[in-house]
Amino acid sequence: MSEDVLIEARDLSVHYPLRGGSMFGPKPVVKAVESINLDIGKGSFFGLVGESGSGKTTLGKALLQAAPITRGTVGYNDGDVAFDLTKLTPVELKEYRKRAQLIFQDPYAALSPRMTVRDIIAEPIEVMGLTSSRDETDARVREIAAKCRLNLEHLRRFPHAFSGGQRQRISIARALVSQPQFVVADESVAALDVSIQADVLNLLKEIQQEMGLTFLFISHDLSVVAHICDHVAVMYLGRLVETAPTRELFSNPRHPYTKALLSAIPSLDPDDRGKAQKLEGEIPSPTNQPSGCKFHTRCPFVTDHCRKVEPILQHSRDGHEVACHRWEELMTP
Amino acid sequence: MTRLLDVENLTLQFDTDEGRITAVDNVSFTLEAGEVMGLVGESGSGKSVTAKSIMKLNPSNAIYSDKTKVTLHLDDGPVDIMSLQTSTDLKVIRGGAISMIFQEPMASFAPAITIGDQMVEQLQIHTDMNAKRAQEVSIEMLDRVGISDAGTRFKQYAFELSGGMRQRAMIAMALSTKPKLLIADEPTTALDVTIQAQVIDLMKDLVKDFGMGIVFITHDLGVIAQTADKVAVMYLGRLVEQGAVRDVIRNPAHPYTKGLIAALPQLDDLDVPLQAIPGDIPSPLERPPGCVFNTRCSAIVGDVCSSAIPSFSKITDSHQVACHLYDEGASK
Repeated sequence: MSEDVLIEARDLSVHYPLRGGSMFGPKPVVKAVESINLDIGKGSFFGLVGESGSGKTTLGKALLQAAPITRGTVGYNDGDVAFDLTKLTPVELKEYRKRAQLIFQDPYAALSPRMTVRDIIAEPIEVMGLTSSRDETDARVREIAAKCRLNLEHLRRFPHAFSGGQRQRISIARALVSQPQFVVADESVAALDVSIQADVLNLLKEIQQEMGLTFLFISHDLSVVAHICDHVAVMYLGRLVETAPTRELFSNPRHPYTKALLSAIPSLDPDDRGKAQKLEGEIPSPTNQPSGCKFHTRCPFVTDHCRKVEPILQHSRDGHEVACHRWEELMTP
Repeated sequence: MTRLLDVENLTLQFDTDEGRITAVDNVSFTLEAGEVMGLVGESGSGKSVTAKSIMKLNPSNAIYSDKTKVTLHLDDGPVDIMSLQTSTDLKVIRGGAISMIFQEPMASFAPAITIGDQMVEQLQIHTDMNAKRAQEVSIEMLDRVGISDAGTRFKQYAFELSGGMRQRAMIAMALSTKPKLLIADEPTTALDVTIQAQVIDLMKDLVKDFGMGIVFITHDLGVIAQTADKVAVMYLGRLVEQGAVRDVIRNPAHPYTKGLIAALPQLDDLDVPLQAIPGDIPSPLERPPGCVFNTRCSAIVGDVCSSAIPSFSKITDSHQVACHLYDEGASK
C-alpha cells in the first residue's frame, strides 16, 4: 500500500444469500457489491454516488467492516496502525472501531430521545474506555461540541428540543468524539432542508480540514458531491463505473451513465427545459442482473459486445478510470 | 386563459396540545386552466397544508378563518369549497374535479388490493362507467403513462412495482377521472434523478394533453424551474414572493428566496462557496411578530421588520414580493 492511501480495496465483493435455489449447485446470491478496486487517499473527501440499489451504502458498510465481505481485501493504514479488514482479530476490530466512524442519514432516528445531548456525545468514549475520569470525558465532549457549534446550554437538553440541522450537528459530534481517522457519512444531508444543508456541508468540510480526517461521503445528490468532495466514484448495480477527481469528472464525464446522471439534474434555468439526455427504464433488480455490461439495458450506445462482455475499470495515469467498452470512440464526436 | 382556482385569504390554525398554532396565514393565489404553479418552501412552511386545504383534507383539529375563501371554477359554475361539509358534497371535489398525488407512492396504494381494482373502484365511484369499461380505461391510462405490459401490471399489487413504476401508476390513477386540478405533493422527491427526469417529462406531456391546472409542491427549486409556469414561495405559513417562474428564479426579490437560491449547490460553478441561511426555521408555536423571516434575515430595514407584517409590492406586473425593502418610499 502506498503511503498516502488510507483505505485500499481490492476485488471487494459483498454477496448476500437468497432463500431457495436447488439443493445442489450454487446457492442464489444478491451481488450487492462486486469486484471493487478503490483507493481512498489520506485526508481526502471522497464522494460515492449512485441511485438507490447501486450498492453505495453496502460498500460504505463493508469498508467499516459492518457488512460481510465475501471476497477480496480491504487494507487500512493510517501511519499508526495497519490492518487487513478481512482478517481482523477481536482486539484489532476494537481498535478499528475507534478509528472509523459512521454518520447516519436521519438525525431524527439516530439519536436516543431518552439521553441528554451530553450523554449521546459521551457514549462512544465511555463505551470504548478512552478517558479515565468523568472530568476528562466532559472536557472531550465540550471540545468536540464547540467544534460542531453546539454550546454548553445545548448539552443539557434532550434531542427533541433541536431542529434537523442541530440534530445532525449532534450526530456529527458523536461520530467524531473518539477522534477517528476515517468517517463514512451516509446521505448525511439528504434529510435536511436546502438552507440548513449548506450549513452542515460547510461544517463537515471545516472539521475535515481542521482534524485531517478522511471522509467517504455517500450521496445520491451529484451537485452536493460536486461542491464538497475532491474525488468521486460513481456506482451502478454494485460496480464502480467511473472514478475521477471531482472537477475532471464533472467537466469531462466518460461513462454514458455518468453523463446521463449529470444531465438528469434539474437545471435552475427555466429555458433549459427538455435539453437533458434522458435515460429509458430503471435500474435492474440486483437479484436478476443483466449479462455483460450492467448498464447495457439502459445505455443508448449499446452494442452486442456490451451485452456479452463486462467491461473492467481501466486504469489511467490521470486518475480518471472508467468501465466502458466504447468511451473513447464516444468522446470523439 | 380561463380561471380555474381562486384562493383568497386562506388562514388555517391547528388546535394542538401545546396550543393553537398558525399553519397558514393569509395566503392568496390564483391558477388558470393548463397552468402549473410551483409551491416552494422548506419543511414546516405550510405548503402541504395549503394544498390540502384546497380539498379540505386537513384533520379535524384544523380551524379555517371566516375570511378564507376557496373557489373552484367548473364548467357548470363556481364551487365554494369552504362551504362543502358532508362527504357526499365533497365527492364532487375529492377524486372528481381535483386529484392528488403524494410523495410516497407505496403508502398511497392499499397494499392488499391490486392496482387495477383500486383504479376501477374510483372510476366507478366518480363516473358512470361499468366495470368492464372502467377496466379498459384504467389499462389505457397505465399504458399512457409509460407502463409497459399494462394488462399484467393491472393485476399486480403495489409492492410488485418499482418506485418509478408505482409513481407512474399513481399518476395514471389520479388522472383517470379527468380532474380539472391536480395537486402533486413532492411527487418526485422519493425518486432517483434519472427516474425523476422521466416523471417530470411525463407530467409536462399530460398537462398539454389534458389541459388541467397543477399545483406542484416541492422543496427543489430546480424541479420548479423545469416544470412550473409560476412560483409561490412560502415561509412559516406566509407567501413571501410570487410571480412568473423566470422572474422569481432569475431576479429573486425576497431575501429568503435569494438565500434559498444561494444555498443551492450549482453545477456550473464549483468555486462558489455554499451559503447557508443563518439560523433555523422558528417553531410555529413561536412565530416572530412582523415579517416572519426577520429572525434570519440579512437585510433588515429597521424596526418595521419586527413590528409590521409586510404587504405585497409589485416588482413587475407578473412578480410580487412581501418585504419591507420594497415598501413605497423605502430606500433600496
